[in-house]
Amino acid sequence: MNVSGLTVNALARELRREGVQIRIGTYLVRIQSSLSSIAQGLHLLYADYPLEPEAAFADFHVSIDPPKNVRRWLAPQVIFRTDGFVPFKPLPADQAYPLLEWGLNWCISTQYHRYLVIHGAVIEKNGRAMILPAPPGSGKSTLCAALVTRGWRLLSDELTLVSLDTLEIVPMCRPVSLKNESIQIIQGFEKTVTMGRASHDTNKGTVAHMRAPTASVMRSQETAVPAWVVFPKYEPGVTAQLDEHAKASACMKIADNTFNYSMLGLRGFQTASNLIDRCDCYTFNYSNLDDAVTRFHDLAQQ
Amino acid sequence: MTFCVLLTQVLVEPESISRLTLRDWDLLIRQARHANLLGRLASKLAERQLLAQVPAQPQSHLEAALGVAHRQMLAVQWEVNRIMQAVAEIPAPIILLKGAAYVIQQLPAAQGRMFSDVDILVPKERLDAVEMALKMHGWITTHHDAYDQRYYRTWMHELPPMLHLTRQTLLDVHHTILPETARLHPDPKKLLDRAVPVAGFKRLQVLAPTDMVLHSATHLFHEGEFKNGLRDLTDLDALLRHFSQQEEAFWEMLLDRAKQLDLTRPLYYALRYTTRILHTHVPAVAQQAASIGAPGWVTIKLMDALLLHALKPHHPSCDGWLTQPALWMLFVRSHWLKMPPGLLFRHLLHKFFLSPKETA
Repeated sequence: MNVSGLTVNALARELRREGVQIRIGTYLVRIQSSLSSIAQGLHLLYADYPLEPEAAFADFHVSIDPPKNVRRWLAPQVIFRTDGFVPFKPLPADQAYPLLEWGLNWCISTQYHRYLVIHGAVIEKNGRAMILPAPPGSGKSTLCAALVTRGWRLLSDELTLVSLDTLEIVPMCRPVSLKNESIQIIQGFEKTVTMGRASHDTNKGTVAHMRAPTASVMRSQETAVPAWVVFPKYEPGVTAQLDEHAKASACMKIADNTFNYSMLGLRGFQTASNLIDRCDCYTFNYSNLDDAVTRFHDLAQQ
Repeated sequence: MTFCVLLTQVLVEPESISRLTLRDWDLLIRQARHANLLGRLASKLAERQLLAQVPAQPQSHLEAALGVAHRQMLAVQWEVNRIMQAVAEIPAPIILLKGAAYVIQQLPAAQGRMFSDVDILVPKERLDAVEMALKMHGWITTHHDAYDQRYYRTWMHELPPMLHLTRQTLLDVHHTILPETARLHPDPKKLLDRAVPVAGFKRLQVLAPTDMVLHSATHLFHEGEFKNGLRDLTDLDALLRHFSQQEEAFWEMLLDRAKQLDLTRPLYYALRYTTRILHTHVPAVAQQAASIGAPGWVTIKLMDALLLHALKPHHPSCDGWLTQPALWMLFVRSHWLKMPPGLLFRHLLHKFFLSPKETA
């Protein structure tokens, strides 16, 4: 059964009691929460994800709840816990849903080192994956969101998982996190997208999550072969420009954008450099999403 | 006292994993991660060639933890190298304590161990010089509050923790192993006299095997923090097993040394709880002899009750309604042991009313 098989009330009840076990790609995550905003967010954005209530082993056990003090009522806050451990300070209750997504990112990037975990989006066409590593503000999520509404498969908008042995890209398809103007831009770009409720005044400004395309979620067990590494940069007014990027420098940039690069030591270096060897590397400056879609379409046809 | 925790059962008898269901594994991984023992568990299983028997999902987590532990070991070695570079000009021995010492001596206690800081011990008369040298090489002092500075510098056995600006690593610089104000007074000079040089380094030393055990025991049973309680108990278990195999007369030496250093009480607790919780093999003669450090039976019963809670992994599956009160009582006890009543009263008043509160 998928999450959509439950009513939002039934989901809320399960979340409050034993928690729900949701399959997200290779991970099984168990989520508990007493908050209706979490039930609503999950019901909307994880509708297509399988529930595995009978599974005996969950990779991560997370919960998100109000604190047991006065901040339950007064300027209400919420706390993210993974198995009782609190990695972040409490946040205003309005940010509960994004906090859950950030918390899951934290679990995967700090507790599970079976992959090289690159901070970047990754999408796929014809079995070939394009990695978009980039610091915040480069427009990577916006670009990724636009491309996945135009025929690319979403593997992840935030964490690229590279298998250490085979270099395959392992999907971790979850809702796409959009910030500030990007939310309206994507809603204008593709009318059919489902956008979660926006949380305001977060660390990153206003944040909302876009539901991942159903087709991408359905293929969450299907890996892809890395083919391109593209460093995107949004610049107002420029015409889309795709330039080859030197491999040595691309490798360094990948290392800089990898959460567990030094943790993996030599293996991290080998994986990053083999990955770059196998990929064509580009920088991509753009301002218009339609241009970007055309350019990437051409690239995929080559 | 009963101590039915899945994690300790598996640590005591790794072969028992053949009986675990996947649901047991789910709990085991979580308990181990919480107790900072996932790496140790993984290395125990790897050492006995048992990792291949572990179901795929938990195996991934164990292998990831092995990787983290290996990486941390390298980081500790590098940190020691940097510290020795920083203090190269100071004509004083630098004694590595706890985890870093186990790593540099390649002791079994280092296997799969997770670290939060590096601890060193220096002669008190060289403390200022060492602190200055470390500051020149990128370490900064933490705890900027004037009261905290005074607390550490006047009453404690260590400087306020030092943080390396670029590597973000923590370093504790000790000049003795218990606070100056504590009830027990092990003479640091005696520890320094018997310290053992570390091959490949000039002036780097570790404590003698007996002293290493005694320090580990003192740290565990006299400090009020049990966040890594079970981890530290597994350290003690590994040290006792290793040293008693290396040296036949180890148990007598250990007891003699405890008497010399005024540390028979922590030794008594160390033997009591390692044997009870981790089934460490301690000869009956040695256990009998160590009972000279035993407190009265009421205290023993109380400590059994408290440590039963404190030494469990602080995972929701192990925490009962008595866990928090037990941890609190041990915290209070540690302060009682650390300072005379007058000073303690002053300290608590200050902490309660005057120290700036951390804002959430």
